[in-house]
Amino acid sequence: MAVVGAAGARPLPPAVVTGSAAGTVAGTPVGRHPRGPRRRVARVVLWTVLVLVGLAFLYPFAWLLAASLKGRGQVFDNSLWPSTWHWSNYATVWDELPLVHWMVNSIAIALLAAFAVALSSSLVAFGFAYFRFPGRGLLFGLVLATMMLPGAVTMIPTYLIWKNLGVLGTWIPLFGANLFGSAFYIFLQRQFFLGLPRELFEAARIDGASYWSMFWRIVMPLSVPSFVIVLLFEFQASWNNLQAALIYLNAGSVEQFTAPLGIAYAMTRYSPTAGGHGDYQYVMVASLVVTLPMLVLFAFGQRYFVEGVATTGRKG
Amino acid sequence: MTAVRTAPASPPVAVARPQRRRSPARRREALAGYLFISPWIVGFLVFTAGAMTYSLVISFSHYNLATNTARPAGLSNYAELLDDPRVRTALGNTLFYAVLAVPLEVVVALGLALLLSSLGRGSGLFRTIYYLPKMTPAVATAAVFFVLLNGSTGAVNRFLGAFGIDGPQWLVDPAWVKPSIVLMQLWAVSGTMVIFLAALKNVPRELYEVAELDGAGPLRRFFSITLPMISSAMFFNVIVLTIAAFQVFDSAYLLFWRDQSNASPEASLFYAVYLFQQAFREFNFGFAAAMAWLLFVIILGVTFVQMRFGNRLVYYEGDR
Repeated sequence: MAVVGAAGARPLPPAVVTGSAAGTVAGTPVGRHPRGPRRRVARVVLWTVLVLVGLAFLYPFAWLLAASLKGRGQVFDNSLWPSTWHWSNYATVWDELPLVHWMVNSIAIALLAAFAVALSSSLVAFGFAYFRFPGRGLLFGLVLATMMLPGAVTMIPTYLIWKNLGVLGTWIPLFGANLFGSAFYIFLQRQFFLGLPRELFEAARIDGASYWSMFWRIVMPLSVPSFVIVLLFEFQASWNNLQAALIYLNAGSVEQFTAPLGIAYAMTRYSPTAGGHGDYQYVMVASLVVTLPMLVLFAFGQRYFVEGVATTGRKG
Repeated sequence: MTAVRTAPASPPVAVARPQRRRSPARRREALAGYLFISPWIVGFLVFTAGAMTYSLVISFSHYNLATNTARPAGLSNYAELLDDPRVRTALGNTLFYAVLAVPLEVVVALGLALLLSSLGRGSGLFRTIYYLPKMTPAVATAAVFFVLLNGSTGAVNRFLGAFGIDGPQWLVDPAWVKPSIVLMQLWAVSGTMVIFLAALKNVPRELYEVAELDGAGPLRRFFSITLPMISSAMFFNVIVLTIAAFQVFDSAYLLFWRDQSNASPEASLFYAVYLFQQAFREFNFGFAAAMAWLLFVIILGVTFVQMRFGNRLVYYEGDR
């Protein structure tokens, strides 16, 4: 996960939170003088560049879609329109690869990981945002400092912890550590909670609400947007997590793989070095299927993704 | 105040301050606070502090996975580390990659952000398109670019060929291994772009108006206004991208180390890949732990230097 804290750096200017995701205000004043031939030329150049860059970004998707429908060997012809349409590729992959298992495993693990980290991080963030206790500043500094730690340092002991608990081969190593919160999300949620009016809590206190019910009745309902950001970020992170799957699931049966591990497996299984062009179209089918849930997620949560990146990128 | 209740004998004025800290309400609040952060405390003690300590211990021992015992080995893992030519290769490759990737990612991300922000209205659609690669799982990106970057038939070289450029053997020629991975990273550079976009949005437009009245051209405006005003976002991006570059794993593993067919084993040996192999293919836990600590020290050192220099260059509006 990204390192945000950059401990020691001075804080950025107070966050003017991203606000509406749609209209991006012009950074340079080009947009404000639509008249004049030079401006118009600049405008045309700008649009041309934007469209060309957009096409470059979209090309691999179009290529992937086309390749997934091509016959053996045609994958390498780069045509975006298959000369013959092989819809049967999808049926073949369905038969040959336990793609459904991979998807189900990945979805289940990603959901567990996302909800575990979102709930625990929210609890911890509320602790840091609302309560005054000795050592709070120091502990929060420690939270931020853990973001500097490369995963490699704790990778082996973490493996040994799960091994000694006897949970190797289960899903627990793939989401278990998420139950204890994650620095990045604690930071994100705390920023959000600090923005909630304190009077709400004082009023609830006067009404005799416990801290626990304040958390569930006030904090959680009001912080749905940032909670969703955490869920989406972690779902995506878990969905992409190849290394953990390599460590914890690679020894098991193919049915137990997650989606990224499955694609790695498929890449080798249909490798061109295995003979001629191989059957790379099947790898493309699997890659497409694994990408689709992320695109769906983005379609529904674009605002959250973009705002989440933008807000956490600035320390607020 | 509740504090008064605890000391009924003394006059209220004198009581309020010294007793305040220990009032039951305060203690209850502090206790509740600790309870709320307790998941993190437990996690920190086990998965961070505990794991770090254990990792350090392992780095000074030979670990036997079958018996779960760590036999003290003194400095021998670290000595081996310095002797191993592959560690040097991996470190060199990773440094080279970072030096190549980080500036390119920053420049491209900033360029795209400037493009989008100068469009103003209507940039939403483009931003969506530019962000899509970021949503694509690294495995799928690698699977696609594995073919796109094929030296003889790949789309990238076909495209270059249209301009009369004879494209390189991207994934085979040792000199082009790192640029290949950089290219894949650049395709998904939109996360960085979005941070720049947000920073650009916060630059007060009056500054540009005043500068324009003073006759400052676009380049002058960029270097005298835009760049200083977004320098903190720049600083953040550089640090985050550098740390990520030092740990590059997924694309290198998928393109080169997935099976035995690696065409460029020297040039594609990245630090995180070698560390992973030592840890979970060879089960050389002691050696791998030592490698991890070396990486940590290097990252800390690089980040420290960046912060020392960065803080001098960054303009913080809040500072005056």
